[in-house]
Amino acid sequence: MTATAQAHSRPALPIVIAGHVDHGKSTLTGRLLQETGSLTEGKVEAVREMCRRRGMPFEWSFVTDALQAERDQGITIDTSRVRFRWRGRPYILVDAPGHKEFLKNMVTGAAAAEAAILVVDVKEGLSEQTRRHAYVLQLLGIRYIAVAVNKLDAVDYRQAAFDAVRGDIEAYFAEIGLSAAAIVPVSARQGDGIVCLSRRAGWYDGPTLIEAIDRFPDPILPSEGPLRLPVQDVYKFDDRRIVVGRIESGRLRIGDQLVFLPGARRARIKSIESWNTTPTLSAAAGQPVGITLDEDIFVERGQVASHADTPPATATRLALRAFSFSAVPLRAGESFVLRLATAEYPVTIESIDGIVQIDALGRQAADSVGRHDIADLTVTSPEPIVLDDGAAALRRGVLMRFAEIAAAFVINMPLPAPLPVSDPLPANDRNLTPTRSAIAAAEREQAFGHAGGVIWFTGLSGAGKSTLATALERGLFELGYHATLLDGDAMRQGLNADLGFSPAERTENVRRIGEVARILAESGQVAIVACISPIRADREHIKSALGESFLEIYVKAGIETCRARDPKGLYGRALRGEIAGFTGISAPYEEPAAPALEIDTDQLAPPEATRRLVALVESRLGRARAIQAAS
Amino acid sequence: MSDLDALESESVFILREAFNRIDKLAMLWSVGKDSNVMIWLARKAFFGRVPFPVIHVDTSYKLPEMIEFRDRMAKEWGLDLIVSRNEAALAAGMSHQQGRVTCCTALKTEGLKSVIAKHGFTGVIAGIRRDEEGTRAKERVFSPRGSDAAWNFRDQPPELWSHYNLDPPPGTHLRVHPLLHWTELDVWRYIRRENIPVVSLYFAADGRRYRSLGCAPCTQSIASHAANVDDIIAELGATTVAERSGRAQDRESEGAFEELRANGYM
Repeated sequence: MTATAQAHSRPALPIVIAGHVDHGKSTLTGRLLQETGSLTEGKVEAVREMCRRRGMPFEWSFVTDALQAERDQGITIDTSRVRFRWRGRPYILVDAPGHKEFLKNMVTGAAAAEAAILVVDVKEGLSEQTRRHAYVLQLLGIRYIAVAVNKLDAVDYRQAAFDAVRGDIEAYFAEIGLSAAAIVPVSARQGDGIVCLSRRAGWYDGPTLIEAIDRFPDPILPSEGPLRLPVQDVYKFDDRRIVVGRIESGRLRIGDQLVFLPGARRARIKSIESWNTTPTLSAAAGQPVGITLDEDIFVERGQVASHADTPPATATRLALRAFSFSAVPLRAGESFVLRLATAEYPVTIESIDGIVQIDALGRQAADSVGRHDIADLTVTSPEPIVLDDGAAALRRGVLMRFAEIAAAFVINMPLPAPLPVSDPLPANDRNLTPTRSAIAAAEREQAFGHAGGVIWFTGLSGAGKSTLATALERGLFELGYHATLLDGDAMRQGLNADLGFSPAERTENVRRIGEVARILAESGQVAIVACISPIRADREHIKSALGESFLEIYVKAGIETCRARDPKGLYGRALRGEIAGFTGISAPYEEPAAPALEIDTDQLAPPEATRRLVALVESRLGRARAIQAAS
Repeated sequence: MSDLDALESESVFILREAFNRIDKLAMLWSVGKDSNVMIWLARKAFFGRVPFPVIHVDTSYKLPEMIEFRDRMAKEWGLDLIVSRNEAALAAGMSHQQGRVTCCTALKTEGLKSVIAKHGFTGVIAGIRRDEEGTRAKERVFSPRGSDAAWNFRDQPPELWSHYNLDPPPGTHLRVHPLLHWTELDVWRYIRRENIPVVSLYFAADGRRYRSLGCAPCTQSIASHAANVDDIIAELGATTVAERSGRAQDRESEGAFEELRANGYM
């Protein structure tokens, strides 16, 4: 391979030129192209001719301001992308408009960049628009920034003028969490400080602008992180069913077991398909892949494939920092389609948590988000949203209002911990200082006439848990109890809507229901839980937190009875293999060792079972006990 | 991952987005090097197939080698080829002598619009590149066109992070540009790597070759001794002449090409 060919294989670094209108971005772009020898023959002559016709001096910005309207008005309307090469390294220069009116085009250009040159007019300093551009760069996650303090020729290359602006830039960047790789004095019009340092700014001993960007590293693809493969499409052109998508992070190999979220269906990679390439056994971040699976599971666009032991997080409620493009304000209660990687989720803005103040850097309360505002929003979705900290495509996206991109957003981290859930840290390791209620349990007991507690129904699907739990709730309510039903399926539609049926997610499901039940019990109420909760250790965990006020009820019925009842039609589907990990069919159920009560619904009719349950609650939590305790 | 792999990856992603979301999709095939690369990328994306029709807007003034190449490759690649000609304008004697912009508008832009209307296409894939020409440098990957195929370059929608404008309003169509981020040199390096067939006119004969292909009266060959793909790559590494310098319609007057493109030219 020749030296030239090797140089070509270095990836092009996209750099956006940002900054206030008229601070000289397009002029700087034109200069950079000219001084790096990147302009084609005749381009300079063509620009000279355009200027002559308009009766104006030579204008570098005409090199990229390709639209007549841009040249006539002397402003850049839309972002332009041009290539240049410096010392063998290819760059893509993204010339973004600085006029406030065209901020959407600036964001479009800047979002494609890995690095930025922020142009600041030395006479004007940090204008509101310059700050907004800097803030947008921060929001877009651009970390490599060189600042060109421009028009030094207009202040006779005075160091004091440059130092004042440099101080403001450093202070503002520090406040918003950016750092400038270099702050360079330049005159784009005169060509000073771009490729060669100016003798007239002899007091400056830092890098030229081109040296500053030459130090920016090449973009790195996150191939070492956990696998994230958003499904783009599923093709069936012939007898193969090919799942296609671009790997956003990590790598995959033939034989790997994948889990597709949401839905948590699993299958192994049977083959990696391609055309006109040598067959491959693995693929990594950045590659578009086509895979076939060993099992014919349901897969669709929008799902995210990962390895089973490192799934991404899911959530139905997200905190977003959003940039609005829309002339129509965004309001709380309004619904959008949220696009994240290839998925689309219906979401509603639950609250507008504040508009970022670009100058004061606070947040201001607001009931709507206007065009070009940067706002913090909380959105909710009825479906679990698959997201991830490591893969950018699963951390940032857009809000669609019908066919229009209304806003771009970044999900505010940290995210909820991804499942499977590891053991929680001891409370004192997490700097938590829980505040306890000032009302003693005895005071509540006195007021309600009974103690708080948890009646936990466990057993197979179809054993009769929900039937008995609702009957008990009714029975206790009529006796004056403060009783509340927590049904497992109902909880999965709300609090636990983000959870699937993997062992880890089932454990988390039980833990959350247990937490809610505990809070209710401590508030003096009787929480009645109906939940398969197949794992003994999960139930024991809750029991250990509640002690005597946790009453475990084992609702027992033979698997044949349950299958025959099958009130939800689940056994049929499980036996057909449509539901993986179904308790009693393809997942274990661990019976309680010492339940407070065991009810065999094969033997006992519901009215009699309910009577026994009410009697148990009366004796363990009821008035009789309350009176005993008081005396 | 090499830079060519990265370019290919982005193009494949764009083509799959278009195929997923656009019901009536077609690809423009000028028979030039870029659109041959585009067909190749479609076969990469769809595992050897081009699962939508391919349109050739035939002005009748194309170089004969191009037509021969088109018919031969369409068969070899199994393309569903639609050839569109503005027969009415040709019958009325349209040629570049009526003015280049007038001729391009009638035979190319109108030829394209009529085939879009006839088949009801809602998405048309075109092989334009940002580095070809200034107005193309400002294009979006998914570019919505108005009801008259017009490009409203003053107010383009935002497009970021691989989230494209995928749903055109009724009565309009999308232009999809999977090669927008490629350069002329990238195209030739990819042609070399993948061994993609191109029209022989690109290779020098008697000291001249075509760098960009169009209609015979309006396309000039350049002085060159580049007889194969390697030679072309070496030549491009040294040149400072613009790729489309041999295309007369670009330089009819300041803004002439912008006007063509705003009215729906590719």
